[in-house]
Amino acid sequence: MSDNNSTIIAVRDVHKWYGHFHALKGINMEVSKGEVIVIFGPSGSGKSTFIRTINRLEEHQRGEIVVDGIELTHDVRNIETIRTETGMVFQQFNLFPHLTVMQNITLAPIQVRNWSKSQAEETALQLLKRVGIPEQAHKFPGQLSGGQQQRVAIARALAMQPKIMLFDEPTSALDPEMIREVLDVMVELAQSGMTMLVVTHEMGFARAVANRMFFFDQGQIVESGSPEDIFKAPKEERTKLFLSQILSH
Amino acid sequence: MQNSETILPPITERSGPLRWLRHNLFNTWGDALLTVASASLIYWLVKSLLIWAISTAEWDVIVANLRLFLIGQFPLEQVGRLWIALAFLVFLTGNSLAIWDRNSRLAAILILGLPVFLLFLPFAPQTRVWLGVLAATGILGWGLGYTAPQSLKRGVAVGWLIALPVFVLLTHGFTPAVEDVPGTALTVVPTNLWGGLLLTFLLTVVANIFSFPLGLLLALGRRSELSIIRWFSIGYIELVRGVPLITILFMAQLMLPLFVPGGIDIDRVLRAMVGMTLFSAAYLAENVRGGLQAIPKGQFEAAYALGLSGAKTMYFIILPQALRLIIPILVGQFISMFKDTALVAIVGLFDLLGIARTVLSQPEFIGLHREVYAFVSLFYWGLSYAMSYISQRLETSLGLGVR
Ligand SMILES: Nc1ncnc2c1ncn2[C@@H]1O[C@H](COP(=O)(O)OP(=O)(O)OP(=O)(O)O)[C@@H](O)[C@H]1O
Ligand SMILES: [Mg+2]
Repeated sequence: MSDNNSTIIAVRDVHKWYGHFHALKGINMEVSKGEVIVIFGPSGSGKSTFIRTINRLEEHQRGEIVVDGIELTHDVRNIETIRTETGMVFQQFNLFPHLTVMQNITLAPIQVRNWSKSQAEETALQLLKRVGIPEQAHKFPGQLSGGQQQRVAIARALAMQPKIMLFDEPTSALDPEMIREVLDVMVELAQSGMTMLVVTHEMGFARAVANRMFFFDQGQIVESGSPEDIFKAPKEERTKLFLSQILSH
Repeated sequence: MQNSETILPPITERSGPLRWLRHNLFNTWGDALLTVASASLIYWLVKSLLIWAISTAEWDVIVANLRLFLIGQFPLEQVGRLWIALAFLVFLTGNSLAIWDRNSRLAAILILGLPVFLLFLPFAPQTRVWLGVLAATGILGWGLGYTAPQSLKRGVAVGWLIALPVFVLLTHGFTPAVEDVPGTALTVVPTNLWGGLLLTFLLTVVANIFSFPLGLLLALGRRSELSIIRWFSIGYIELVRGVPLITILFMAQLMLPLFVPGGIDIDRVLRAMVGMTLFSAAYLAENVRGGLQAIPKGQFEAAYALGLSGAKTMYFIILPQALRLIIPILVGQFISMFKDTALVAIVGLFDLLGIARTVLSQPEFIGLHREVYAFVSLFYWGLSYAMSYISQRLETSLGLGVR
């Protein structure tokens, strides 16, 4: 794969240390517009660390990350631009508990994109319809179920009209009966052509919409390929072992 | 589905005064002994106190000096201004109660009924007229707020915002006093005539209000990435917290003049206000820091991930949550500042305690320490208790703790 104008994320030889601990050991990845990438691997393998370097919630120490043509450096303006183009959904939702659902969604468009309040609210309402909870607009996050909160979080990220969506284990904190409703929203989003990087162990989701999958272990990409390749014919022993573990239950 | 016969009734303890006594006070022999011992101690204490309060104590000293205790040497012909300032506050209180706490009539009745109650005490006729005015404005404010809560909200907020400047302006006046010319309604009353509760109140409010932004900046400065700002904040906070308030008050009196260009004389009351503000800010900064630390990292990350700048993240996401968390602590600090103002008596100001000392130095009241200090203590206690009661109401109505 080479740089071409359909590449939206380019990661080259990225290293990251926490003190002396080498958390990312030379990660390379190119993502094209509209691709859905699933990242999986054992706990502590660096999946979160990696996905968080892409919007600079973690700083990498070596290598190069280019997002939508902008290189991530110490330049604060670059960082803020990339963050406005990138939406992120967290395992713990991280909604703002003191703001209503509507305010959660409209805050950034108003403050960062300088939209008018009415424009932002109109968009927010459309997004809430899209994720299936328009009637919750005036509640506070604490009054919603986990699945509803995560859908609000998705709507909040989408409100900035990002080009890329990052998901870090979006369903891991949810009760089983709520996982479905969040995955449905994500599948719909994938089908609409959004570029997505998703850390998840929901293999059904991967099989349905992933274009490529990356297996992380000990800070490295051990194996990558289409879901077809990964599920039917994994090349590496570690991948096989891990898949057999998570698919067995 | 529901079979009423299989549903057990909730277990209710049988109750009654005797049962309660048995259960709570005489459960075991040890309990019984403790109960009897402490009951006799309390009885003996209260009895001695009451005997003193009713038969021996000469409360005339309080009655004769009540005005001094309340407003110090504030000139009698200018007192109307203070009443008007007070009426403004009572009006706003009535308004706010009706708007934000409309379901609890009890608080309204208690707070607005106070002037009416005082009306029946044997005050001078003029005082009673003013108390009537207070009651009327309070009830008027409450009524207005009750009928049009939505449209008044903004106005009331602005009212509170300008309340302190209005109060200070009315207390201070504008037109300079000229000798031999009778003062007008707004002649300046120099601060050395301010005293008693009036001064205590102003010191408390000014120190707390001004220390708030200062403390906030220090708390943020302590987390700043610029090391010079961070070190300055830490240095300031630790320095001030390591020094007793009384020394800061002395330094404010003696050293503040060193920092201002010659010739300008800073008012002694102002010096005390500055000292208390600087002192309070350091503690406030630490309290705010505690609140900031309680906010999970995920809140910052979610805000940053949306592209919000560091400043906007602080302003819209972190501070509102952190401050809400520490409201009870801030109220506690307010109340302790209120009590700490008593220290200004030592640097020669005539706050509530300072007045107590001057009263006691008058020949005709010599030796009445017990009465005077008992009264002053009761006064402090009553006001502190009222503030803490109001703050608890505020917390419940803000839904704190019900996340
Ligand atoms: N702030 C930090 N300081 C020090 N070490 C860290 C920090 N964050 C992560 N690590 C370490 O880096 C490694 C990778 O962590 P990371 O959170 O990326 O793993 P992960 O693959 O997301 O795991 P999980 O599936 O448990 O979320 C782990 O060994 C972790 O202990
Ligand atoms: Mg993780």
